[in-house]
Parts: sequence; structure tokens; C-alpha cells
Amino acid sequence: MADVVVEQGRVARARGARKGSSLRNALGRKSTVAFFLTLPLILLIALLVLYPAFYSVYLATLNKAMTKFVGLSNFTFLFKRETFWMVVRQSCIFAITAVVFKALIGFIVAHFVHNIPGKKQRKWRGMLLVPWVIPPAMSTLAWLWLFDPSYSAFNYTLSFFGVGPIPWLGDTFWARFSVILVNVWYGAPFFLIMYLAALKSVPDQLYEAAEIDGANWWQKIWHITLPMMRNIIAITTLFSLIVTFANFDIVRILTSGGPLDTTHLFATWAFQVGIQSSDIPLGACVSLFMVPILAVAAIFILRDVNKRGNEA
Amino acid sequence: MADVALRKVVKRYDDVEAVRGIDLDIADHEFIVLVGPSGCGKSTTLRMIAGLEDISDGDIMIDGDVVNDVPPKDRDIAMVFQNYALYPHMTVAENMSFGLRLKHYPKAEIKARVTEAARLLDITDLIDRKPKQLSGGQRQRVAMGRAIVRNPKVFLFDEPLSNLDAKLRVQMRIEIKKVHQKVRTTTVYVTHDQVEAMTLADRVVVMNKGKIEQIGTPNELYHKPATRFVAGFIGSPAMNFIPCRLEDVGGTLQIRLTDRIAFALPPARAARYNALPRTDKLLLGLRPEHLTESHAHLGPGVESFDTVLDVTEPMGMETLVYFGLDGTPICGRVDPNAGAKDGAPMRLAMDLNNMHLLNEATGVVL
Repeated sequence: MADVVVEQGRVARARGARKGSSLRNALGRKSTVAFFLTLPLILLIALLVLYPAFYSVYLATLNKAMTKFVGLSNFTFLFKRETFWMVVRQSCIFAITAVVFKALIGFIVAHFVHNIPGKKQRKWRGMLLVPWVIPPAMSTLAWLWLFDPSYSAFNYTLSFFGVGPIPWLGDTFWARFSVILVNVWYGAPFFLIMYLAALKSVPDQLYEAAEIDGANWWQKIWHITLPMMRNIIAITTLFSLIVTFANFDIVRILTSGGPLDTTHLFATWAFQVGIQSSDIPLGACVSLFMVPILAVAAIFILRDVNKRGNEA
Repeated sequence: MADVALRKVVKRYDDVEAVRGIDLDIADHEFIVLVGPSGCGKSTTLRMIAGLEDISDGDIMIDGDVVNDVPPKDRDIAMVFQNYALYPHMTVAENMSFGLRLKHYPKAEIKARVTEAARLLDITDLIDRKPKQLSGGQRQRVAMGRAIVRNPKVFLFDEPLSNLDAKLRVQMRIEIKKVHQKVRTTTVYVTHDQVEAMTLADRVVVMNKGKIEQIGTPNELYHKPATRFVAGFIGSPAMNFIPCRLEDVGGTLQIRLTDRIAFALPPARAARYNALPRTDKLLLGLRPEHLTESHAHLGPGVESFDTVLDVTEPMGMETLVYFGLDGTPICGRVDPNAGAKDGAPMRLAMDLNNMHLLNEATGVVL
């Protein structure tokens, strides 16, 4: 397709040089039309993404009062702080664990839903999507009540088994467990719906052919389902990894980063450092650290998608 | 290699019977074609043999063993699907060897079998390609290769050629026949194309509305159809059915087609039909090739009559002529040099030695 456009552009240019009406020809060129059609989006991205991104780079090089250029000293300051490394570690643990469980649960539930016949499937699909549809700030508040150490349903139920009370949000391990649990609860339906769509796009005859070739259910998943869903799995995982890594609301509402900053993610810590502690340059600096990590993930996964994109 | 037997096999979907009690014996090495219009239950029957559909009633036996509850993977069959069902993420070689790899065959043997099948199907050069890099005909070959390497007891083909264009279809038809001549595996082949059925089959099974109408060699079906359905389904252009009745005129048995047209039956036919009640509503079944231009010297049993042609279709080696007899549309095949013209009168000859007589109400060939 690109070749064709280039080719036509060249022809148009050659003709334009002969006739001398190059502006009209330039407007008639497909690439020019394409540029103007995408211009609104380009402007929108420039305004809402590129400008803030560069602005935060600029901010990160100022001192706390934002009066003086200090170069990279904000970054070197961060490197020396133990909390920063803890946030790096916790962000990675949080994102990777949550995404793995979301993907696993989504995959398994998608299979169950896929095998529910006809009309019932729509009901289940609708119900299972609910966590993802509710605004997370609201549903997380409900979770906050569920995690209450003294009066919550969780600890009340556990007390019948002689367990607890568990300090869900008060202890480092349990607090980390809880924020991941809520994130999995919120994000798994997204995987479910993506995987369900992918499952439906695998032709039944492939499974029948595999069945005749002698594959059992596990071999069918391993040799047919997973390879056929490869692209969707890659894209969904990348997308979810980015969103989860940059998560703010769940941690902010459940723990505000506590106890002792052990559940902070980049976003929540940047908020605390930048807005609450009024050190905007340092906050910008923290949030900038997400860029290289996510860029690497994006390159890795998208490269694979491109390689296999036109296979199926 | 094995024989296959179906005993009163029934398939019910809720309250619809798709297959209504089928009995069929397929001998070892035999090439059987199930043919019929869409919805006649032929594909369902094939899928029941494969084990992809449960059987509601009856028994299916492969090699003498009842396999009703045996899963497809343990039936030792191979199937070629209409849209090939190649695994898109595997190369041709991987596609073909998938079944063997699942059964943990030694690598050397897998390679030998794949190479041999690829050579047989002339796809050796394509062995490292992915399915999307192949044309329709090549994919079809790979699908067959995947079946061949398994060396199964039975080959099942589910309309394998219907996704190909007409020219390729003819080519692959010959290819399939050649392969069967080499590997001699018992084959069940489903198609809705009667030409495919006639050209490929040792025996053809004509199905209609979930039942078997007739089983026979292609020639038997063509020349001795048992029912109106078979007579009309096999052969192209289709057999003509002309309403008629029998009458006795001066001691000879006559067949009356219209008020104007009646012919004395040839002696052999007269003897065969003499016992029929004269009041029955009957149909004269006559293939287009037995309705030709008239000659000066017509043989015994060939009768001529005048008609006016509606439409002619020059096909090159023959010309198809269409006309009506009392409102019944009829097709004949005449010599291209016989001077048939649209709207022109023409004298045609009916070869009653090759006629069929059917009961209009029951559709049975008498």
C-alpha cells in the first residue's frame, strides 16, 4: 500500500513539474490528504501528550522552588533515596504479579464463558464485565470497607474459621496483597473480553482437525489456542502492563502508599512527592522514570507482534 | 486400512432428524462418495464416522469394532476439511507431521513419511512455507498430505474441492483419484457435486432428506436410477420428466405424452410395463442425449415428432435445445450441425429403448 502511495506521489510530482501547478497537485496527492485527515489527532496528541511530556522534562531540571536550573541533580538525588528503589521494586512486583494473574484468570474464565451455549453466554459476559465497568474509584471504596480490620465482611467471615483478624491494609505483605487483589479484580474482565473475542476467532475446524490428529484438550490449547491468540495476548499484556504500572487510584484510595510507603507505585509516589509535598520538579522526575521501563516493554512486545502480525 | 459399516445410524438435533437410519457397508480399499443436496445429511454422516458428532442411535463400525463412543483421536482416521483447516502458525512440514509428533513417532520416521507424502503430492518445494503463502490448490494438497502421512484406516473428505475454482477443481479431482490409486486407503468422500461423485467413486451413495436413496456404481446410478430423485440428481443436464400414461391400441402398448403425441413402446419395454394399471399417472424419464435430431433411418424403438424450439444453447460439441410439451419444459441434445435455431421448428427423435417409467405419486422407477 505504501509503495503505491509513493508511486502515485512521484507521478503526481512529475506531472506537476511539467504543468507548473504544483500546489494543486500537492493537495491532490494521497499522502497530503492523509496528512490533513490525521492533523486533528496529531494536534490533540501534541497538545495533551507531547507538550506535557516535554514540560515535565523541563520541570524535572528545576530546583524545588522552580526558580533555578539544576540539571540532573534531581535524578541523582532520587538514586540515593531508598524509598525510590522501593517504589521501583514495588511498581514492578505490582504490575507483573497483577498482569500475570489477570491474564491467567482472564484466559481460564474466557474458556468457561466460551463454552456456555448461546443466550446464557451473553448474561455471563455482561455480569463478568461489571468490575471493569464500575469507576475504579467507587469500587475501590467498597473494597476499602471490605478490608477494614475490625468491622469488615472479610475478617468477620474468617473469624468463623478461627483465622484472623488480618490487618489487610496495615501490614506490608497484606497491603501489597490487597492492592494487587483489587487490581486483578478490576482488570481481569478486560483480559476476559479480549481473550473471548480471540477464542471466537479461532475456527472450530482447527480444533476438529487437531482432535482427529490425536490432540487432547491440553495439546489443543498448547498447539492451537495459544499460538492463534499470540498477538492478542501480547497486545493485551503490553497494554495492561502499561496501565497497571501507571496505576494510581487503587493504591491511592486503599493505602495512600502506606504502611511506611511500602505500597507506593510511581504514580502515587510522584503525586505524594510532587503535589502533597510541593516538590513538583522531584515529582516530575519520579514520573519520568516510568518512560524508559515502559518503552522497553513496548518495543519488546510490539516487535514480536509485527513479526507475526500477518501470519493468520 | 479397514472396512467401515453403518447400522441404522440416526442423528437427531433436538426434534429434527438430520440422518434417519442409514445402513451402509464400505469395503476395504473402496472409494465411496456420499452425494446429495445441501441439508441431506451427508456431512453429518461423515462427521459421525469421524467422531466429531455423537450418534443418536445405531452403530458405526470401523474394522469390525463398534466405535460409537470412541473419540476421534482413537479411531485412526484422517479428515480433509472443506476450508483445509491447516494450522496457520505451522509450516507445511509441521502441519503434516502434527499428528505423528503428538503420537511421539521417532523423528527419522516422521521426516521420511512427510518427505514421501510431499513427493507423492508434488509439494516438496513448499515444505517450509506457511499456509498463507500457498494457493488454494496447494493448501488442498497439504491438507491431503496431512491425512496421508498418518497412514490411517480411513480417509474422510468433507467437500474438499468446493473452495477451488472450476479449473483447479478438475485438476485436483484427478489428483485425488491418483492418490487413492497409490495408497488404496478406504475413503469416504462427501460432495454436492454429482460430477465429482461420478468421476471419483467406486460406489456412489445418493442421499436425500437424511436417507439413502440409492447405492451403486456411477454407471448403475446413471443408467438404472431407482427413484425420481436419483434420476434427476445424477446427470447434467438433468433427466426430463414428461407426464404420460399407458394405453392399449390395437393390441400394442402405447405411451401417450400429449393429445397429439403417442408412441408404441419397444417390445422389451412393453413386456416390462404391461402389468401396470392403465389409469396410473406416470412420468416418462428421458435423458437429454436420448432426445436428438431425427434421421431418415431411425432404429427400432426410436420415434420422431415435430416441435418448436424455445431456446438453443450451442456448447460446441453439441447443442442443447429447450422446448415445451404441453407446458412441460424439456431439454434435448442435438448435433451442432443439425440446424437448431431459437424459435424454429425442428423434428426430434426420442430413443425409447433408454426410457425410464416412473410412478408420479411415489417417484419410484418402474
